[in-house]
Amino acid sequence: MANVFSGLSEKLNHVFTKLTKRGTLTELEIKQAMREIRIALLEADVNLLVAKDFVNKVSEKALGQAVLKSLSPTQQVIKIVSEELTELMGSTNSKLLVSSELPTVIMMCGLQGAGKTTLSGKLALHLKKSGKKPLLCACDIYRPAAINQLKVVGSQAGVEVYEEGVKNPVTIAKNAVKYAKQYGFDTVIVDTAGRLHIDEELMQELIDISSEVKPTEILLTVDSMTGQDAVNVAKSFNEKLEITGCVLTKLDGDTRGGACLSVKAVTGKPIKFASVGEKLQDLEPFYPDRMAKRILGMGDVLSLIEKAQEVVTEEDARKLEKKMKENSFTLEDFLEQFEMVKKMGGVGDIMNMLPGMGMGKLKGVKVGEVDEKRIERQKAIICSMTKKERRDPSLLNYSRKNRIASGSGTTVQEINQLLKQFDQTKQLMKQFKGGKKRLPFM
Amino acid sequence: MGFFSKLASSLKKTKDKIADTFSRVFSIDRIGEEFYDELLDALVSSDLSVNFAMEIVDELRETMIEGSVKDKDFVVQTLKDTLIEKCSDAGEFEVEYPTVIMMVGVNGVGKTTTIGKLANYYKQKGKTVTLCAADTFRAAASDQLTEWANRSDVRIIKHSEGADPSAVVFDAITSAKAKGTDVLIIDTAGRLHVKSNLMEELKKMSRVVEREYPEAQFLKLIVLDATTGQNASSQVETFDNAIGLDGVVLTKLDGTAKGGFVLSMLSENCVPVAYVGVGEKLGDLEEFNLEEFVDGLF
Ligand SMILES: Nc1nc2c(ncn2[C@@H]2O[C@H](COP(=O)(O)OP(=O)(O)OP(=O)(O)O)[C@@H](O)[C@H]2O)c(=O)[nH]1
Ligand SMILES: [Mg+2]
Repeated sequence: MANVFSGLSEKLNHVFTKLTKRGTLTELEIKQAMREIRIALLEADVNLLVAKDFVNKVSEKALGQAVLKSLSPTQQVIKIVSEELTELMGSTNSKLLVSSELPTVIMMCGLQGAGKTTLSGKLALHLKKSGKKPLLCACDIYRPAAINQLKVVGSQAGVEVYEEGVKNPVTIAKNAVKYAKQYGFDTVIVDTAGRLHIDEELMQELIDISSEVKPTEILLTVDSMTGQDAVNVAKSFNEKLEITGCVLTKLDGDTRGGACLSVKAVTGKPIKFASVGEKLQDLEPFYPDRMAKRILGMGDVLSLIEKAQEVVTEEDARKLEKKMKENSFTLEDFLEQFEMVKKMGGVGDIMNMLPGMGMGKLKGVKVGEVDEKRIERQKAIICSMTKKERRDPSLLNYSRKNRIASGSGTTVQEINQLLKQFDQTKQLMKQFKGGKKRLPFM
Repeated sequence: MGFFSKLASSLKKTKDKIADTFSRVFSIDRIGEEFYDELLDALVSSDLSVNFAMEIVDELRETMIEGSVKDKDFVVQTLKDTLIEKCSDAGEFEVEYPTVIMMVGVNGVGKTTTIGKLANYYKQKGKTVTLCAADTFRAAASDQLTEWANRSDVRIIKHSEGADPSAVVFDAITSAKAKGTDVLIIDTAGRLHVKSNLMEELKKMSRVVEREYPEAQFLKLIVLDATTGQNASSQVETFDNAIGLDGVVLTKLDGTAKGGFVLSMLSENCVPVAYVGVGEKLGDLEEFNLEEFVDGLF
């Protein structure tokens, strides 16, 4: 899984190096490119059959397309792929359905350990914040201390939990709805026990709960790290329960999250939310376009931009924007950026969202720690440069680099790395230039 | 219960589907690029890591002669043997008493449940067991572990929620030493490997064990959920870098996922697979057997 992002781009570049100015993408090139894309999708945990299907669709689209002047063939193929991916994952749709007859019942379901209980708490908090009055209902009577866990989560969210201890979950759910009606709760979130999709008995229990309380939403909780099996799970749950949507959990990790594509492909149901941390407020709407980029390993640049916007002041941003317009972004500004990164919190987080820096590249590296260290070293490098060098890195020949290396206690190799990173950042800035989009770090 | 018996039966459930995947491979009668592509896909569909699957395919390419696939059994057997050869260097998982086992892994993979099962497993072997509830973070985590301690009637050391996990470890070691416990098992909070501060916390706990109980064997086991995909390798690598892993526990093999990624763990990281989890009950734990596992994949 190493070098996933640059991996795909590089491989595609390799496929297209032989592309002369013929003007259209040929069948052979498309075929080779599609092989790389298939493998990239598999590396992202997209189910094999889903990936094959997808690649067939994309290659039909790509075949015979004129090569656009403004894009390299690689970029063009990636563009088609990411557009198709985004489309396949559906539009942004994080609205929860509301029943005309209150209370609205939301039933959670999924495999063991997917994150249902925490998610129930998050949804409760989300609803409470939007002015609703939710009630949590504890129907996981199997896992030791599951009821207690929901009670703790409920109290953290400031939401009441209905429980009857270890009793028939169908009865508990039914009574919870009665209780909600009586005490004026408008939404009931039913937390159920995790279960295997092939466990007939427990699947029947869910069907029974569902026909008893007639949920408006049946949400399948899917661990975003799930592999090829995601299709089997999603298919079974959907066939037995007719789910209304999915929620992806644990997206704060470094998984590429291809499982969501598989789930979407086999159920056709919208992915409503993404869960991105252990804190109760760590719940986000699902953004198909960002997810597409993540699956392709292209970095969640957009998320990064948003995150950065929150922390960096308007003034910083305007200053940098001006520099960018004047094309005068220098290593000195780069140094300033490092400080901003610090302001934005964990470097690991940010790095994972940047193209070429996420996942693979940082694998094996102790993300936060080493990178903080690396940044310190990079700062030392820039500080050991002359003013002129900082503004014009092209001055840096071998002997100058040697001087800087000994001055900063680093190596020439590290200096080269830094310069490469600087170049990439400049490139990235160019892409944002002109558009309304803001820069990362801005 | 027979070795891997439950596993064998649960793997059979998915056999049809796999046979289906492999039938695509064998519908191609010439061994050539297309054949190897299909083979790669088939391997990855058991969640083998893509890199590892590529390695296997390349190796097979060297072994096989170009030409027709006359004998399907021969191809499958060669494939199995190649896999087993690549994975057999990881060695066996061995326990010497007294031992401290620390269970680590990402959220929800089955750490606490596995500890519950292991308590029973060692008790059945006539060993004394103490559990240490060092997940002080997740809501009701220590209640959950307490329930498991009760099920096998073993001792448990715990603090209140929010306490410093290293302090719980310290107390548990003191207690284990005083009582002469054979096996001390530490439950830790689930954490995503990319969270460096949480990994630091784990290192600290690990140092406490090393410092306070040098005379005991110290085994760090990572729990991996069989439903996980390619991310498993990233988990193993990061945890291994942080604390050094001694073994893997593969859980939830009673579902339809096959957990093929452990093969690359065996081969690349040389971390042996110690146990597998095949259900939610006390007895649903088995020792790992490479050959049977590989057999189950095809
Ligand atoms: N089917 C099946 N379920 C399992 C297995 N092992 C654990 N589980 C279930 O998976 C869920 C999570 O297990 P836990 O033991 O709480 O996982 P954990 O890693 O301790 O979770 P956190 O502490 O929250 O990170 C529970 O519902 C367990 O019953 C297994 O081998 N098979
Ligand atoms: Mg636990």
